[in-house]
Amino acid sequence: MIEGIQLEFFLVLGTLVFFIGIYGFLTRKNLITMLMSAELILNAVNINFVAFNKYLYPENLEGQFFALFIIAIAATEVAVAVSIIISLYRKIKSIDVEKVNELKY
Amino acid sequence: MDFGQLLYMRHEIILSAIALIVLILEISISNKNIEKIIPVLTVLFFINTIAGFFPVETGSLFGGMYKTTGITILMKNILNIGVLIVLIQSAGWLKSNFTGSSNIGGYFFIVISSLIGMDFMISSGNFLMFYIGIELATIPLAALVASEKLKERSAEAGVKLILSAALSSGILLYGISLLYGTNGSLYFDNIASSFQNNSLQMLAFIFIFTGIAFKISIVPFHLWTADVYEGAPVNITSFLSVISKGSAAFILLILLFTVFKGIEGTWNSVLYFVSVLTMTIGNLFAIRQKNIKRFLAFSSIAQAGFIPLGIIGGSAIGFSSVVYFLLIYLFSNLGAFGVVAAISNATGRENIDEYNGLYSTNKGLSLVMMLSLFSLAGIPPVAGFFSKFFLFTSAAKQGYYLLVFIALINATISLYYYLLVVKAMFINKNEMPIGPVKNDAYTKLGLIICAIGIIAIGFAGIIFDYINSLTFGIK
Repeated sequence: MIEGIQLEFFLVLGTLVFFIGIYGFLTRKNLITMLMSAELILNAVNINFVAFNKYLYPENLEGQFFALFIIAIAATEVAVAVSIIISLYRKIKSIDVEKVNELKY
Repeated sequence: MDFGQLLYMRHEIILSAIALIVLILEISISNKNIEKIIPVLTVLFFINTIAGFFPVETGSLFGGMYKTTGITILMKNILNIGVLIVLIQSAGWLKSNFTGSSNIGGYFFIVISSLIGMDFMISSGNFLMFYIGIELATIPLAALVASEKLKERSAEAGVKLILSAALSSGILLYGISLLYGTNGSLYFDNIASSFQNNSLQMLAFIFIFTGIAFKISIVPFHLWTADVYEGAPVNITSFLSVISKGSAAFILLILLFTVFKGIEGTWNSVLYFVSVLTMTIGNLFAIRQKNIKRFLAFSSIAQAGFIPLGIIGGSAIGFSSVVYFLLIYLFSNLGAFGVVAAISNATGRENIDEYNGLYSTNKGLSLVMMLSLFSLAGIPPVAGFFSKFFLFTSAAKQGYYLLVFIALINATISLYYYLLVVKAMFINKNEMPIGPVKNDAYTKLGLIICAIGIIAIGFAGIIFDYINSLTFGIK
């Protein structure tokens, strides 16, 4: 519990970060930036989990454990995604989404 | 602790053991003989499939984190059978495309670890376990899809898959976090018993449903499907369209019937909407496809639209007809993809026009393709008819006559485009048909298993009775 800061502040922050992530994912043209937006979404989830845990259910640590697992799994996801992006870059010399257009309709 | 309890998770333990054996074999065999691990691993996997059928008690482990029931064991066995057929069908492709490097071991390792993830996901009793399972099932698949290093489209499909998977799991997790906020627990049982029907929980349900709908590729979350299916190697596509989609449908069933049972009214209307949309859009897009892989991708989207027919209303008979539908869908789709894979790997042709006159040169392949397409369309003598029939019956029993009517119209539309392919193979004349394709014993075996499955399961009423006996008591 932090003096003067209520749970709602954290939830609003989490929601904002979540939708910034969704917006960035849908509008950005660069594959790496899209990946960063996906990370923002996961971080919003982490904020939510830790805030809920700390403020509402401080007797056990399920929310914080979940946040730790999300961080670890997000790292593996990024590792695979970046390696695929590199393999794509070797072929088309670009990581622009609009150049990634061989498969359509 | 009683070690006998670990038998509850025998599927996962045996699969982990096989995954370790893959790694050991890979480093202990020289690159020249690496092909020899294919039969060894296929036989090992066959033993695993058989072992899954031995009746063992069911129960829960790790304080309810991990649960097995009769129906989850059946689901795992269905997935095992599917992966076994995929492995058998891909042996020829592995031999011709993966020479000179240790990639064959990598292929088996990735497929098996993805299957382990699906098994954990299906028998999870806690959202943490569920999340780890769903990620373990998805992330390796992206690596598999991008595994054809020389082709641009393979890498492109991989990027599309991993990015949409990242987005969908983010949305799913946001839903889980909201659900945690309202309950303070991540266990399915606790959440189900303390559902209060407030708006935050509704929102959480929508987020979680969206996350899973991405994996089953339900419209409007289907946009990645056709691109990924077309870009991936054919054998991987069959894995994606059957095993990955099937496991996601299973977990959706389990979540709706256990965790979200309290808000049945809400998910009924969501499923109604999504089902109509998925069937119609999947069918309409399938008609205009030229590439056979994209065609099968949209057909699989349309097939996914039939799944909600069984779930809607939340009856036990609907539950068993969905499982039965997915079992038959597995054999039919693997049969169709098996034929496409055999032709594509031998000649590189993937357009529907190029299938003209296939029957004059490849009689066996065309017959299996015809059986599979008939089964997907639901023409009476083959199994696909019975699975659709049960789905429609269960929806009609709940009083959703309009939905059943729309589904019937869609089944008729799908008949049109499935028959177009059959017509191309049998009736259309072609001066330069695809030459006779030489199949190795593996491909033949895989196709024969599919054909037998398509014909026999429809008539073996005992199978539906068996599934029904397992779902008894789910209400």
